[in-house]
Amino acid sequence: MPFSTLSELKSRLDAGETTAVEIARIYLDRIAEFNEELNAFVDIDPAHVLEQAQASDAYRASHEARPLEGLPIAIKDIFCTQDGPTQCCSNILKDYHAPYDAHVITRLKEAGAVLVGKTNMDEFAMGSSTETSAFGICRNPWDTDRIPGGSSGGSAAAVAAALAPAALGTDTGGSIRQPASVCGITGLKPTYGRVSRRGIIAFASSLDQAGPMTRTVKDAAMITAAISGHDAMDSTSVPNVPTVDWLAACDQTDMKGLRIGKPKEYFVDGMDSGVRTAIDTALSQCEALGAEIIDISLPHTDAAVAAYYVIAPSEASANLSRYDAVRFGHRCENPEDLLDMYTRSRDEGFGAEVKRRILTGTFALSSGYYDAYYIKAQQVRTLIRQDFINAFEQVDVIATPTSPVTAFRLGEKTDDPLTMYLSDIFTIALNLAGLPGISQPCGFSDGLPVGLQWMAPAWREDLILGAASAYENATDWVKEPAKFGGKA
Amino acid sequence: MSWEVVIGLEVHVQVNTKTKQFCGCSTEFGAEPNTQTCPVCLGMPGQLPVLNMEAARKSVLTGLAINADINLVSKFDRKNYFYPDLPKGYQITQFPLPIVEGGYLDIPTKDGEKRIGITRIHMEEDAGKSMHEGLDGVSHIDLNRSGVPLMEIVSEPDMANADEAIAYLKQLHQLVCFLDVSDANMEKGQFRCDANVSVRRPGEPLGTRAELKNLNSFRFIKQAIEYEVNRQIELIEDGGEVVQETRLFDSAKGESRSMRSKEEAHDYRYFPEPDLPPLRFTQEEVDAIRAGMPELPGQLRKRFETEYGLSPYDADVLTQTRDLATWYESLVAAHPADPKRCANWMANELLGRLKETGTDISASPVSPARLAGLLERIADNTISGKAAKDVLDAMMTSEDDADAIIEAKGLKQVSDTGAIDAIIHEVMAASPDQVAGYRAGKDKLLGFFVGQVMKASRGKANPGMVNQRLKELLKG
Ligand SMILES: [Zn+2]
Repeated sequence: MPFSTLSELKSRLDAGETTAVEIARIYLDRIAEFNEELNAFVDIDPAHVLEQAQASDAYRASHEARPLEGLPIAIKDIFCTQDGPTQCCSNILKDYHAPYDAHVITRLKEAGAVLVGKTNMDEFAMGSSTETSAFGICRNPWDTDRIPGGSSGGSAAAVAAALAPAALGTDTGGSIRQPASVCGITGLKPTYGRVSRRGIIAFASSLDQAGPMTRTVKDAAMITAAISGHDAMDSTSVPNVPTVDWLAACDQTDMKGLRIGKPKEYFVDGMDSGVRTAIDTALSQCEALGAEIIDISLPHTDAAVAAYYVIAPSEASANLSRYDAVRFGHRCENPEDLLDMYTRSRDEGFGAEVKRRILTGTFALSSGYYDAYYIKAQQVRTLIRQDFINAFEQVDVIATPTSPVTAFRLGEKTDDPLTMYLSDIFTIALNLAGLPGISQPCGFSDGLPVGLQWMAPAWREDLILGAASAYENATDWVKEPAKFGGKA
Repeated sequence: MSWEVVIGLEVHVQVNTKTKQFCGCSTEFGAEPNTQTCPVCLGMPGQLPVLNMEAARKSVLTGLAINADINLVSKFDRKNYFYPDLPKGYQITQFPLPIVEGGYLDIPTKDGEKRIGITRIHMEEDAGKSMHEGLDGVSHIDLNRSGVPLMEIVSEPDMANADEAIAYLKQLHQLVCFLDVSDANMEKGQFRCDANVSVRRPGEPLGTRAELKNLNSFRFIKQAIEYEVNRQIELIEDGGEVVQETRLFDSAKGESRSMRSKEEAHDYRYFPEPDLPPLRFTQEEVDAIRAGMPELPGQLRKRFETEYGLSPYDADVLTQTRDLATWYESLVAAHPADPKRCANWMANELLGRLKETGTDISASPVSPARLAGLLERIADNTISGKAAKDVLDAMMTSEDDADAIIEAKGLKQVSDTGAIDAIIHEVMAASPDQVAGYRAGKDKLLGFFVGQVMKASRGKANPGMVNQRLKELLKG
């Protein structure tokens, strides 16, 4: 049962074959057994999980079940929750308790979900390996000497190791899709503005978007259906957008007439040959399902990483100014004066990668450098957006590898931030353009999962859910559990 | 050799909306510290701003009133700096693309009207308040003011002395009050001014300017500017050089001191606020705001002069605030026969009495209808103007109308010819020498007789009639 999909658990609950409490116990047992090794969860309160499960069972006894009734969902430590700590895996927010629930948390509760703990992540979501977490590294269930990706590495590892059937992540430059890819699960980043950002601790406001990390495409759709929708208290949440019939989109079983764009810039020298083989094979299967593969170009792709590493740190440098030790968060011992309080508290509270990005962003916004960096990066962003607009005149969706490499070894890139930044090379452009994307398992390279990434025009999540569902239906990759703990 | 003074002003005006700029907290002044706060204005992680559209509309209205261009698309930016009463570590403001650009105000000067350019109005949020005094080494922070909506109104450097600066500020203060976009109470910090001051020799380029911060009364602003002008002139005449810096005026000492130099100036690292989409208005929306524009002080003043025949002075007094003008027009509506008498009695008598007790016109114990009742009795000669002042005194502390007070005090004027003639005969009988003198050509003695008759009538005789009858009867 732990490796069941969310949909399967839902069917069994609806059929009365199990209870929310029983399901919660199974996952709590697995967390108790395996989390010490994986460190996927940084906070777990079993009693509170069971309480929610009991409440859900009671609700089901007297009401019609809600869409996610009794289903456990793990929560990345970036989402504010009234229950338990919200720490963004940073010492500066150690033991911080948010006074309110994030909008998506409220939506999950309203849908009947059982929220399970807080998952590990790169500090303030700044990283691609979860190694910048202040609360210890997280391991990849497929090979515990390797990284689970990042920044939503804890959520990916938890789902891959069946410590939870599904999880919430956030994606600023690939933080849902890349860990989903290297952990062999499915991860959806919705269109920017589809899901409210209120209550999500901000990293880069113009890029951040929350989304599901699940075993299957349909499970991702189920969660997105619950968390998406306009929120008047997030001015960037877009009202009156085209709605998607989330579940119906997943009924697609073929790709007849689907025009899939294959951008040459995403098949580069230096990428894993195993990754290339897996993607090529996947695209052949898509052709067999009726799709037409069309070679396209997204000419400004090579500038995306550079633009991202100006824009995201610039926004972050301001977003993280509120951690000033005045109202909440870590404050140093016996500050001599205001400046000492600021500098020492922030020095002690933030990790190296966060400091690096605050400094990068502060520099990029400084007088005399602003035009050369920030303005230039915004211009590149416009060109990248235009690349996608042009491409989607030719094709319906775009398919690429999610990452040029599979999970790398723990510590392999920690001393070389630039190489680390390049692991987001295939995911970043999508955030800059604000478009939806999904990563799904499509095979292995040397025994490690490879992710296939689908991209669509804004608000057309239905197109990528449809294509990904058809592919998932025609292959068996999602049935392959992580070989972890010997209990698969 | 003479000096030219160049002054530009930046005025922070608190917009009088019920709620803050980006959250639902109350803007009410004077609450217990930190009781009017929420996760948004406390800068808690994950919270996002939502613009108060009422504040935006009031900014548009202000822009229209200074004949400025309204930017149908304007943008918000972050201004970054660390300060304990700035919860987010940045202030949301508008930098390259403000809501209003390019307007002006015409101000009165000793050489006639002068046009002062207004560069821009941008919307922003206020910070909280830090308190250090009497706290024994700790500081307290009150964030009730954090996020309160502000308009920053930036003038061109068009003012040539402190008097012009004050005239501009008074004009602007009156305008925002009339528009009801701000309560503009300076003691509550709802109307604050920074002044940029420089001096130069005529014909030379602009001198280096100093910025004077946080001037919060007209008197201090004048003092601070004059102090700064003298400081700069003395400095240059002694062979020194003005440096660009921010100076803080100490009103107690009447002098300013340097707060930070140009080198220490903040790099605010402005960049577009990613949490807020551009602010958009349609031309129709702007037109609708324009259609709802109240009459402005200048228009009202001119109308009072032409429509009611008021002197420029009275028109000015009665248009100082919208409440005054409204009160005056209610009075005229109740006593339409003589708008000038209305103006005299309101401006000289009523306002004088209110001033003594520090009462605002809106709280006047005498309503326009009651004052009109009194003016009616003057018009129909029931009482003299002098007696009417006594009646008004009584009305300030009683709820009776004029007629009741006149009756109770027995102030009714004697306008009956027979009764007046009888008194005149008595007075003439008692003063035969004066009668003879008058008849011999001493016209000036008429005043003596008027005085005697009024005294004998205990002030109740109608003075006009007394005059007329005396001339008649003294002829003999
Ligand atoms: Zn608030």
